[in-house]
Amino acid sequence: MIAELGLAALWLAAALAALQLIAGSLGLTARGQTLAGVVRPVAVVQGLLALVAFAALVVLFCQTDLSVKLVAMNSHSAKPFIFKLAGTWGNHEGSMLLWVTVMGLAGGFVALVERRLPERAMLATLAGQAFVSLGFYAFLLISSNPFERLNPVPAEGQGLHPLLQDIGLAFHPPTLYLGYVVISIAFIFAIGALVTREVGPAFARAMRPWVLGAWMFLTVGITAGSYWAYYELGWGGWWFWDPVENASLMPWLAATALLHSASVLAARNALRAWTVMLGVVAFSMSMVGTFLVRSGILTSVHAFAVDPERGSFILALLAINIGGALTLFGLRASSVTEGERFAVVSREGALVFNNVMLSAILGIVLFGTLYPLLAEAMGAKVSVGPPYFNPMGALFAVPMLIVMAVGPLLRWRRDRLSRIRGGLIVPALRVVLAGVGLGIAAHIGLLPHIGLALAGGLALASLLPLRGRNLLRTPLPVWGMVVAHFGIAVSLFGMASESAFSVEQLVAARVGDVMPVGPWQVRLDRIDPVAGPNWTAMEARMYARYQGGAPVEIHPQARFFWTPPQQTSESALVTRWNGQLYAVVGDQAEDGRWQMRLWWKPFAPMIWLGGLLVGLGGLLALLGRVASDLRRISARHKIAFRRERQGR
Amino acid sequence: MSGGTDRKTVRWALWLPLALFAGFVGLVLIGLLRPADREVASAMIGKPLPPFDLRAAIPDRPGLAHAQFVGGKPRLLNIFASWCIPCAVEAPQLDALARQGVEINGVAIRDRPEDVAAFLARNGNPFARIGADDVSQIQLAIGSSGVPETFVIDAKGTIRYQHIGEIRPDQVPLILEKLKEAEQ
Repeated sequence: MIAELGLAALWLAAALAALQLIAGSLGLTARGQTLAGVVRPVAVVQGLLALVAFAALVVLFCQTDLSVKLVAMNSHSAKPFIFKLAGTWGNHEGSMLLWVTVMGLAGGFVALVERRLPERAMLATLAGQAFVSLGFYAFLLISSNPFERLNPVPAEGQGLHPLLQDIGLAFHPPTLYLGYVVISIAFIFAIGALVTREVGPAFARAMRPWVLGAWMFLTVGITAGSYWAYYELGWGGWWFWDPVENASLMPWLAATALLHSASVLAARNALRAWTVMLGVVAFSMSMVGTFLVRSGILTSVHAFAVDPERGSFILALLAINIGGALTLFGLRASSVTEGERFAVVSREGALVFNNVMLSAILGIVLFGTLYPLLAEAMGAKVSVGPPYFNPMGALFAVPMLIVMAVGPLLRWRRDRLSRIRGGLIVPALRVVLAGVGLGIAAHIGLLPHIGLALAGGLALASLLPLRGRNLLRTPLPVWGMVVAHFGIAVSLFGMASESAFSVEQLVAARVGDVMPVGPWQVRLDRIDPVAGPNWTAMEARMYARYQGGAPVEIHPQARFFWTPPQQTSESALVTRWNGQLYAVVGDQAEDGRWQMRLWWKPFAPMIWLGGLLVGLGGLLALLGRVASDLRRISARHKIAFRRERQGR
Repeated sequence: MSGGTDRKTVRWALWLPLALFAGFVGLVLIGLLRPADREVASAMIGKPLPPFDLRAAIPDRPGLAHAQFVGGKPRLLNIFASWCIPCAVEAPQLDALARQGVEINGVAIRDRPEDVAAFLARNGNPFARIGADDVSQIQLAIGSSGVPETFVIDAKGTIRYQHIGEIRPDQVPLILEKLKEAEQ
């Protein structure tokens, strides 16, 4: 019954999206203007219906209703409740339904509150939202119905992929996903602006909160995903340049560029065509990301998400949406005037420079990700890894980070470097000193070396915009920028330190052995079999002492799941302010000794702490923008109210 | 962003993103249409069995060592576990193979004797010998990634074929054919 309700809601939502598209498009013409009035209400109801469908699926998963095929394939009655809930979106159909739900709700919200844009641009925007959503509705209803029944009803479900049965992973994909979907709202604003040629500050201001929100979710999602890969895969690394990681990084790079160029457009009415282009690129990257993950066209650690047939469907959607948008761009962009001019040395100049650098890094990552495919088309099998990505990325990241330190100190339109020289001397000196100091410490690679020096300089420089300000009166968006830039410095410091100073030990240990790693002494106390709800494991009990201090008990595990059968390793971490101890237990050798891998990673947690700070910066900026929007709306209402009274 | 003196170049550049995108779509289309080679081939095929010596998993069958695969006819090495549901699914097919005179040696992965005994009582016991592998050492040494898996071992103790997953009824002839091939 619930499944049928969900399916009915989904069909209705799709029908309303079709109505929204037709009414929105006709509303743009001279004769169809009477239809324009229905577009906003329809958008709201469409979003609510999608929500009903998604809620129905959540209920089915929580009840473990095995008569529904999707539940039987992806859930199991023995699973802990939180993973039953996460099972809703931990599969293809559910995640697509989540996509249309978020997009529908966001569209409905825009339809309700957005009044700054000209009505024609709003119609085009909402028609665009309906068009994109319709593609996904068709996808769900035609090729991946989440509510399909199963007859006969199986006695037990198949379970969720063991690697996914982890609390971090129950929330990492939906966070990223929210980023992907919310960026689609920025995309439809860009389309609306292009169609009606209304590319100006109003468009940038309407789009900006959505870009900020998407960017925040992407940041947090990537950070969480990286930490998950770090402790769950048990390889000791935190970023592997895996195609699927790249697929999440590319939209982030594009969204970062878009965020900054939208700020220029909102404040200075410059960079018009470029901002629209980035809006299209950011959404393309999120769809390309979904496509790469789902199609399995590139092999990766995310192999559980693969399905070639669905890949073709997503590719078709991608071709229609992005191909259409880029065609529109080619047709219209020449009629979008350039907007205000500015000097090279100015806030805009710095932002443009960083935009170009971000785009270059994006191009490098995209090329590196697709290169194996290109090579395969030519008959060779290759894989591209850190030796390509690290130096090539750094080539553009280093100048970008330097300009990032200076940019926020510059004035809009035109400035002189000599004006801010006083403020720059301190961080510049700091950079040089750090470089020299580390040169003496030596034995570290060139990239970590540059990274450490830059991180120090950037951390200081990022705080300089607060100098001379009343901290309580500083607007939230400025705080957001400062916190986010500082977060980048913190994260960079963690990365450089992790890569420069990590110590690794690979040992075969007997019970009772003491293993040194960096400043730690780790003793293997015993190894026991333990059992969880749907797995068994060999669990090691170890005592770790930091420089002879009090022992900390840790329990790394080698886990074996039986539905479906799979081995995973649960690493054990000890986090201190100055780093992390990382322990993995492997297999037992024939002579009875256990394989152990131990790492001491100085300041490694800073990588993710920095990521969270960046996300917090995004949140602060978003709150600041939303608050000022709300103030403007309430002020407008007051004025309208007064006028009405005076009229009487 | 800057300039725009030569309008023609600018116009042309506006179509560049679309051209790049078309290139991307073309590339992935080739990738999708090409029948991908997704078979997992064990690197151990053609190599001798790695050395092992396992204690008996249940009292009424002997344990298993690599030396017992040498001489006579080709044999099957079946990796299973009492907690593995596909293993129960494949049991009738193993029985059918055993009835046709195939010698099947089993390895029980991370199991308890009473569980193995109960499993065999329920699903039949086609095994000549059953070794107990409590730490998956054979699994790793032989390049197996899960249960069940079945290996065809020829009379010289060389691994000739790896069957991943349960043997379905229609795959029994395939296994017999691989055993015949291994006789040569």
